[in-house]
Amino acid sequence: MYTMKKLNQVWLAAGLAAGLTVALCGTAQAQMRIEISGVGSNQIPVAVAGFADEAIAPQQISAIIKADLERSGAFKLIDAGVITSMNNIDYAGWKAKGADALVIGTVAKAASGDYEVRYKLLDTVKQTELSQLGLSRAPQYTRLTAHTIADDVFLKLTGVRGAFSTRISYVKEYDKRHYELLVADADGEDEQMALRSNEPIISPSWSPDGTKVAYVSFEQKKPVVYIQNLITRARTVVANEKGSNSSPAWSPAGNKLAVSLSKDGHTQIYTVNADGSNLRRVSNSNGIDSEAQFSPDGSSIYFMSDRSGGPQIYRMGVDGSDPKRITFSGNYNISPRISADGKTLAYISRRDGNFQLYTLDLASGQEQRLSDSTDDQYPSFAPNGRYIMYATQAGGRKSLAVVSVDGRVKQRLTTQAGNIKEPTWGPFMQ
Amino acid sequence: MRKLSSLAFVLTTAAILSACSTPVKISEPPPVVERQVEQKTTPPADTRTVQPVETKSLDPLDDPKGVLANRSVYFDFDSYVVREDGKPVVENHSAYLGKNKARSILIQGNTDERGGAEYNLALGQKRAEAVRKAMTTLGVAEGQIEAVSLGKEKPKASGSNEEAWAQNRRADIVYK
Repeated sequence: MYTMKKLNQVWLAAGLAAGLTVALCGTAQAQMRIEISGVGSNQIPVAVAGFADEAIAPQQISAIIKADLERSGAFKLIDAGVITSMNNIDYAGWKAKGADALVIGTVAKAASGDYEVRYKLLDTVKQTELSQLGLSRAPQYTRLTAHTIADDVFLKLTGVRGAFSTRISYVKEYDKRHYELLVADADGEDEQMALRSNEPIISPSWSPDGTKVAYVSFEQKKPVVYIQNLITRARTVVANEKGSNSSPAWSPAGNKLAVSLSKDGHTQIYTVNADGSNLRRVSNSNGIDSEAQFSPDGSSIYFMSDRSGGPQIYRMGVDGSDPKRITFSGNYNISPRISADGKTLAYISRRDGNFQLYTLDLASGQEQRLSDSTDDQYPSFAPNGRYIMYATQAGGRKSLAVVSVDGRVKQRLTTQAGNIKEPTWGPFMQ
Repeated sequence: MRKLSSLAFVLTTAAILSACSTPVKISEPPPVVERQVEQKTTPPADTRTVQPVETKSLDPLDDPKGVLANRSVYFDFDSYVVREDGKPVVENHSAYLGKNKARSILIQGNTDERGGAEYNLALGQKRAEAVRKAMTTLGVAEGQIEAVSLGKEKPKASGSNEEAWAQNRRADIVYK
């Protein structure tokens, strides 16, 4: 894998309520600048101590854990210094400092070259151990170890699986002549290039097993859908019919995709096996049907259609049966995405000329606007359903943003060179 | 003057010397070729029939000042109908494709930058299809045309203003 040039990075945490800007930490191997604004509604106070001997590892594990937890907006971090001994913890003392939970750990180098990281999550109120993990990984996976620990802390303290160890993929565009499909950790770090092209790349979508990304490439002077195996570099043409081929979406089982093709004279939705076989037309309208997304149970497809005039979001059976309109507010609703529990629909709506991120509670019909910028596109749910990443634009630069589904916590990820867009959040990995 | 005359002398001398270096051989006899039998079997030349010669004609497609040099059809905002100013472009290329059945084209539809990438891709497709249908109505074979879309991804004009957007609401004819 090709590793991107290292850039300088500053992490900023801006407490909106407090109006403060606090420099958290600086790490090596940083490609992105992250700005955080807002805090969660009910922050859990947690102290993350420096891990014993962590300086021997390539990255400072406790700093990565702290950054993950801080970014989530779900925690109030309490300064803890370094704790060198995992025993004889002064629970009452930590409680007095305001911490409900304490994260401690040790780092050791094994003869194999792996780093052995032991961690404990302690409940200072009940004075008990909430969790512990022992992780042994090669040096290049030190960041992953830290993210895995942050995931465990998030799960044990909030009851929701953390997504810090998941990855994202997105497109970086330089001066309209150079495009890259990139893969990075969910925090934008450890960026790796999967594809470089002189022609546009759009609509990336992770396979459910996390080993492949489907996307649309213009390298043949027209949009063609490919699947690329990130590990083997093997590329498969999924759809290259006469006309345009676009908008790939994986079925939950990962064995087939929905795609949008113009082969019948106007853009309609088809399903196709992941090897390109068994192409079948699914939607049937006189307008544009595109941007298909399978429901998590695989029984239905959400999609965008302008059959009623402007683009709106609809749902139909996977065989195209019984299409029903889902969105009714506004006259331009596109890019539907469905949360992993199937309960929340995220989409982009144009209101007063601005393209912004909205969610719709499918049970109650309650709509919520989650962004306040002017050109937001291409939302993607975190696999735990708690955050949505999307492309945004400010000052002529395209960047990525993340917002919690309650709208309270926002982050923006920008790079020093190029424009980044079309993010897709990868699945939980084993 | 002195310099010029001395230059002339040098040149003349050089010319004489170079002439001397390649003497003409006059002693060699011309080769003798026996052709009598062949000449007898050849029929007498037809002096009345003219054999035509065709110069390689310029493909009108390659004429930078010809009508086929214009390969862009522009569209109004939110419109997918070929405008009056686009009809000659469609007609000229249809006539060429009608005469040159071996040639085929891509029609690449484009949109301005506003809105989602995939929806714009589908809207660009509508523009490409409008040009395709106009051409097939004029008799161009379906097999010679492929209508595709580049959506908002390949703008001809950069800038976020009406002038740039108008340039980008376009379908381009690209010969394969």
